[in-house]
Amino acid sequence: MLKKRVISCLDVRDGKLAKSVKFQGTVDIGDPVQKAKEYYDAGLDELVFYDITASHEGRGILLEVVRRVAEQVFIPFSVGGGLRTVSDAGRVLEAGAEKVNYNSAAVQRPEVLAEACRAFGAQCVVLSMDVLRTAPTLQVPSGFEVVTHGGRTRQGIDAIEWARRAEQLGAGEIVVNSIDADGTRQGYDIQLTRQIADAVSLPVIASGGGGESEHLREVLSEGHADAALVASMLHYGSHTVGEIKGYLSQHGIPVRASPSNGSTSRGK
Amino acid sequence: MATLPTRHSGTRSGLVRATRETYHDRVITIVDYDAGNPTSVQRALRAVGVDSQISPDPDQVRKAERIIFPGVGHAKSTMTVLVERGLDQALRGAFAQGTPILGVCVGAQLSLTRSEEGDTPCLNLLPGTVRRFPELPRELKVPHMGWNRILPRGRPHPLLEGLPEENEFYFVHSYYLEPDDHESVLATSTHGIEFAAGFARANLAALQFHPEKSGPLGLALLERFTRWTPTC
Repeated sequence: MLKKRVISCLDVRDGKLAKSVKFQGTVDIGDPVQKAKEYYDAGLDELVFYDITASHEGRGILLEVVRRVAEQVFIPFSVGGGLRTVSDAGRVLEAGAEKVNYNSAAVQRPEVLAEACRAFGAQCVVLSMDVLRTAPTLQVPSGFEVVTHGGRTRQGIDAIEWARRAEQLGAGEIVVNSIDADGTRQGYDIQLTRQIADAVSLPVIASGGGGESEHLREVLSEGHADAALVASMLHYGSHTVGEIKGYLSQHGIPVRASPSNGSTSRGK
Repeated sequence: MATLPTRHSGTRSGLVRATRETYHDRVITIVDYDAGNPTSVQRALRAVGVDSQISPDPDQVRKAERIIFPGVGHAKSTMTVLVERGLDQALRGAFAQGTPILGVCVGAQLSLTRSEEGDTPCLNLLPGTVRRFPELPRELKVPHMGWNRILPRGRPHPLLEGLPEENEFYFVHSYYLEPDDHESVLATSTHGIEFAAGFARANLAALQFHPEKSGPLGLALLERFTRWTPTC
């Protein structure tokens, strides 16, 4: 059976690893390539590189980081932040990424998802959405509103509807990032993740709020997520990949055996 | 650590990066037919200390010492490019003359007789059909994307020797391999149904998953291929 994935998100600013708190302010915390290699060696399943400043400062994608990662890391990884066109995506894939993430650009021009799907296949195209809890309105009946530009711009679009639309357009996967939970380390937004996972037949990756291994267990079971993104838990060293996966495995969540937790050594 | 025994423990120093300008006649040739990114396979080979060249040229494929036939994409469009470049005949020729060939993902699928994707006639290196996953319960999504375990089947194959029971490889596919001869199935995996994760016949081995994206186990499998001597 397919394993639930543990994915780490590396926010990159000016080629350095950064961590944001509720999308307000960031601190640099190291070299993304070195971190990526470290997590790969520890048995992480997948990586996401997100250029956090590209969207509003118009920076290019960090192709050099992507190339260096691809030389050393042999698991799938995706790149997002500031991708606008199909040719942006082409450059990232050529540099060695497996998938591309569209966020703000897809809200502004949803057709980009269909274009990228035609050019590279749905398995390459990830829709990433930032979601804010709001009071339910006619426009946003679920009370989950899509926001863009690092959480600063409300779009008046219902997140559940947007997920369905992205699936029709040809996205292969959806990252659901809760702005409310992001950086709090108090747990994922289970209700949001579950509503979206139940609304589409695409794999859904929960993002924002992971602080304890139990938070991942919760969102991968009750939240119906196929994968969970972790950032600060790993970046600040409070947890290792092996500890997280060991916990999940002990609590009945099927995960890929992690080389660091010793469970794979028995062999034949 | 969950790795197959390998000959190389790391990257050899002083590797010569094979480029289109420095073709050699007797090296691993990665078939380039505009189907995904062949450099992923090249990078993975480099990580286990093995040189390779990426080539769209049928003559290079005929002369190759070993061939990796990777690929991502739609059966019909990828098959069209293969035929346009004369790579279909080159691959059939290489197979007939005993060149070790490793098909990966769409490359594995195109090695069978026919694909249900676009009802596409394929290379027919091994009789078989590429089938669409049937309607599965809602929680089982198609494409089958992510890490899944494989279970070796049939006679032990050198590529999978010593594979740990707890293994996972990275899959991304909506169609699966169904060789006519079940004896040729190397290993199976399960996603709603049990399907062939790979097959082998003589000098051809084919994998549905992506060894180049499957961490240390995948790299070890690729390295195995680079020194595999098929027994026909």
